[in-house]
Amino acid sequence: MANNITQISCRDLKLGYEGKTVTEGLTFEVSRGDYLCVIGENGAGKSTLIKALLGLNPPISGSISFPGGLSSSAIGYLPQHTAVQKDFPASVKEIVLSGCLGKDGFHPFYTKKQKAFAEKQMDRLGLTRLKNRCYRELSGGQRQRVLLARALCATEEILLLDEPVAGLDPKVTKEMYEIIEDLNKSGVTVIMVSHDISAAVKYASRILHLGPTQLFFGTKDSYIKTDVGRMFTDFSGGEEK
Amino acid sequence: MTAALLSIGDNLQNILNQLSSMFLDLEDIPGKLSMFQYPFVQRALIAGLLIALCSSLLGVPLVLKRFSFIGDGLSHVAFGAMAVAAVVGITNEMLLVLPVTIITAVFLLKTGKNRKIMGDASLAMLSVGALGLGYFIMNKFSTSANVSGDICSTLFGSTSILTLSSFDMRMCVIMSAVVIAVFVLFYNKIFAVTFDPDFAAATGTKANAYNMLTAVITAVIIVLAMNLVGSLLISALVVFPALSAMRVFRSFKSVVICSAVISVMSAALGITASVFISTPVGSTIVVMQILVFAAFSIIGKIKTKG
Repeated sequence: MANNITQISCRDLKLGYEGKTVTEGLTFEVSRGDYLCVIGENGAGKSTLIKALLGLNPPISGSISFPGGLSSSAIGYLPQHTAVQKDFPASVKEIVLSGCLGKDGFHPFYTKKQKAFAEKQMDRLGLTRLKNRCYRELSGGQRQRVLLARALCATEEILLLDEPVAGLDPKVTKEMYEIIEDLNKSGVTVIMVSHDISAAVKYASRILHLGPTQLFFGTKDSYIKTDVGRMFTDFSGGEEK
Repeated sequence: MTAALLSIGDNLQNILNQLSSMFLDLEDIPGKLSMFQYPFVQRALIAGLLIALCSSLLGVPLVLKRFSFIGDGLSHVAFGAMAVAAVVGITNEMLLVLPVTIITAVFLLKTGKNRKIMGDASLAMLSVGALGLGYFIMNKFSTSANVSGDICSTLFGSTSILTLSSFDMRMCVIMSAVVIAVFVLFYNKIFAVTFDPDFAAATGTKANAYNMLTAVITAVIIVLAMNLVGSLLISALVVFPALSAMRVFRSFKSVVICSAVISVMSAALGITASVFISTPVGSTIVVMQILVFAAFSIIGKIKTKG
């Protein structure tokens, strides 16, 4: 478990939908144990980048490689909530277990090993007490923890979080960031897409700032010193002073 | 004023009389029960229960994916295809109706997630268009002596499904077995793809393939169910059991199981009741479904309050 093994490497990516370019010139790397925060305004290509990393929407040009032996289907993904989920009858256990489906080949039913693994992840995120509860009756923070446990069932190597604190109140937001930080400290690589630049600067080790092209990629400390970093941290990081 | 009230009272009295005479028919219970000795009645009952079971299983993911109206649209397309088959003179209608419906289903579910192209308006257009076209063709070109009778039985199901041919019957059993097997084997995948298609696809489940699979199975069930309840009432078989189960149950598994039980029970009760009170099978089953839905809604309300 040596650190600094490159898990994802992107070279000169050009991303877009149906031939329309959203962003281009993305060159960055993610190494084991990193906490990378992807920031950028709406429409800067954050969700397009997510789809590309997950293999759902191939890049227009450039390459995404996984030198560490990962594959795009071995990324634990925390998506944003969809309208369908609002009234979906499903127990916490059912949802967390469904994270195990992508691996170990095809089984019509969950194996003992998968069930034990799911139990472990629920325990890790403090969900054991809630495991038979209905997802739609949970609070926003609890729902996020359920989806996080599901993502961990898919892999404990690397998590890709899409706006993990969207719609959460400040207290729960802080808890959520702490959970993510703990996971990162226990060795899970984290890629977090967020609007929240002040949190990005506070928690992340590396920053990728997207615009029409790649505005910045590097460590947090050097980001704060750049013009673009100073511009954004100055007006959004007020509470830090 | 009093006269008006009196006449309303008279009307109510009339309705009550009719209702009671409907049930007084029950005097002949042994005679009616003996109907179930005949093999063709037993066959109809088995086919009915199998179709009810399959449609309720599929109903849960379809309702949750906001595809409740797909059943309706597809059945109207099947009706249109059936009209064409009848006019062209294809002896085995299934051979035309099934492929046409399957292709439409694949098309609908494939573009269904892209709301810009295939919104509810297009589905409504397709559904009503096929219905109108089918009716037009049947009226204009049919050689049958009883055109409106034919149309009525296609729309609302035959007065009994006793007319099932042995081919229909075999088809029904085989297809139901396939649907149930697919549903059991891929149950976990179906859950994952319904709950969160993006996550499922991201972690290596072929979400699109499962959507296609659902589309094909839905089309097959709908074509089979046309014999039972007719093309206008199929949606009831798909939608009601799932919605009733969702009033009360809170996990996917319990909703699926409950929905299957509700559907099979309503079909059994509906078919039996239709024999006793001489009503069309399809509408009787749907009335049962409505009653169950009402009961489950009340139970659900009490459960959440208590």
